[in-house]
Amino acid sequence: MNSNFILISYIISAILFILGIKRLGKVNTARQGNFLSAIGMLIAIIATLFKMDAIPLEWVLGGILLGTIIGALSAIRVAMTAMPEMVAIFNGFGGGASALVASAELFKYLNGKEIYLAELTKNNSDLTTTMITIVLSVIIGSLTFTGSFIAWGKLQGKISGQPITYPGQNIINLLILLGVVIAAYFFVVNPENMMAFYVILGVGLLLGVLSVIPIGGADMPVVISLLNSYSGIAAASTGFVLGNQALIVSGALVGASGIFLTNIMCKGMNRSLTNVLFSAFGKVDATKTGPQSGEKITIKEMSADNVAYTMQSAESVIIVPGYGMAVAQAQHEVRKLADELEREGVDVKFAVHPVAGRMPGHMNVLLAEANISYDKLFDMDEINDDFSTADVALIIGANDVVNPAARHDESSPIYGMPILNVDYAKTTFVLKRSMNPGFAGISNELFAYENNYMVFGDAKATVSQFVETLKEEA
Amino acid sequence: MEQLISLIFIAVLATFAGAELIGKIPPQLHTPLMSGSNAISGITIVGALLAVGASGNDKLLAILGFCAIIFGTINVVGGYLVTDRMLKMFKKKGSK
Repeated sequence: MNSNFILISYIISAILFILGIKRLGKVNTARQGNFLSAIGMLIAIIATLFKMDAIPLEWVLGGILLGTIIGALSAIRVAMTAMPEMVAIFNGFGGGASALVASAELFKYLNGKEIYLAELTKNNSDLTTTMITIVLSVIIGSLTFTGSFIAWGKLQGKISGQPITYPGQNIINLLILLGVVIAAYFFVVNPENMMAFYVILGVGLLLGVLSVIPIGGADMPVVISLLNSYSGIAAASTGFVLGNQALIVSGALVGASGIFLTNIMCKGMNRSLTNVLFSAFGKVDATKTGPQSGEKITIKEMSADNVAYTMQSAESVIIVPGYGMAVAQAQHEVRKLADELEREGVDVKFAVHPVAGRMPGHMNVLLAEANISYDKLFDMDEINDDFSTADVALIIGANDVVNPAARHDESSPIYGMPILNVDYAKTTFVLKRSMNPGFAGISNELFAYENNYMVFGDAKATVSQFVETLKEEA
Repeated sequence: MEQLISLIFIAVLATFAGAELIGKIPPQLHTPLMSGSNAISGITIVGALLAVGASGNDKLLAILGFCAIIFGTINVVGGYLVTDRMLKMFKKKGSK
């Protein structure tokens, strides 16, 4: 097909991607935006089929079929609670694909140098540029690949959620980075130096692991968002390798929007990106003795029945969901509880911290899944003043986002993070599985407060116990 | 060189466009937005297709490209579907 026609198709794809991202940012148009962007992708793929020198059906159809089956099955089967991990995995595959394409381009050159060079000259390009961009694609792509899988492992609990650190970590990383620059130099001046190429590939894979393991599990959403941006950059640099505009535009769009989204997430935690990436946040310091190691703190427990009665006689209850609710899949029970309480004439609101759960918007997705109406969900800024007039704050599996230490304890790792002011409510109930500290690995002083009561057990079981009690009363 | 400059030109414009697109995004859309833009980064499947198309009789090239097609397709198909699944839930609320 005419190459202009293919370029025009790419332009249409780019427009659809831009409109798609734009619409994804508004609640009413989000679904349509995602659809537009998918159409853009389809157009780009079809146009590319016409651009191909040959279409070896077994590879093309086989690859697309296999990828579709794996992608679709995982997307349909994944539980809403495991969404962040799923996005991480998909993202990892995108980065891996970019690294593979760039490597294939190198082998194409090695197989037929004269033809390749002639083609480059025809396209007004040169070998050095191509090799530099191959190096970039391979490093960023393979880093995204392994980094995403580590992020997945941390969220799944397959790898310790604790930051993993060792002495001289930053220096070692720096040396590795220096090593890769040297290898890249030797590779670019002599692309036949396969040793240098494998060093680059190996270091890329290693960097993904090394840069993610020192980051605490609670920060994985930010990491995934950043890796998403990286996979965009990897796609864009692969676009430079191939001289392909579709890859460059789409990759740059994702790369830039991903960085901005990452930044918004960091702001929600009142931290900088460098702080997230390099401070091994939430690492439990063995030299400090936390309250859990011997020092006595008194916490009070209350039975589920009594908690239900207290809420029943309250005028207003604010429910604060957290990751514990997600893990226990308690969102449907929580909706029943809200319904029951409202039937009793209690004013029920939900307070959603920007980083509650494992991803921004995680709680909103779950509560929406349980059919809890939009107008009952409030962002932190909207609801924080209401806690002082609320009778009950019911905290379901949230921990760090309600830890008052963030306000006053300068030694706390979460000091300065905006939190939900649950402790201003008349009474707080914390639903928790055990006294283990939260995901960030920090113990919570709220638990020992005068007006706080703990209810231990599985969140789903506890909440359905509330519902039972309220129903019996009715 | 000319080619490179014109490609950089495109990349710079697209970068600014991408940055401008992220303004006031309600927090509940952060996850779907991340997931949706992640699907777009699967555009690298275009490169994978081209790699397979240019592989000729070379098995190594074909296999590299084949793997890239699988990876890219997982990213694209999975990414769009999972985003749609999340957004479907919001939709239900909006129309109610």
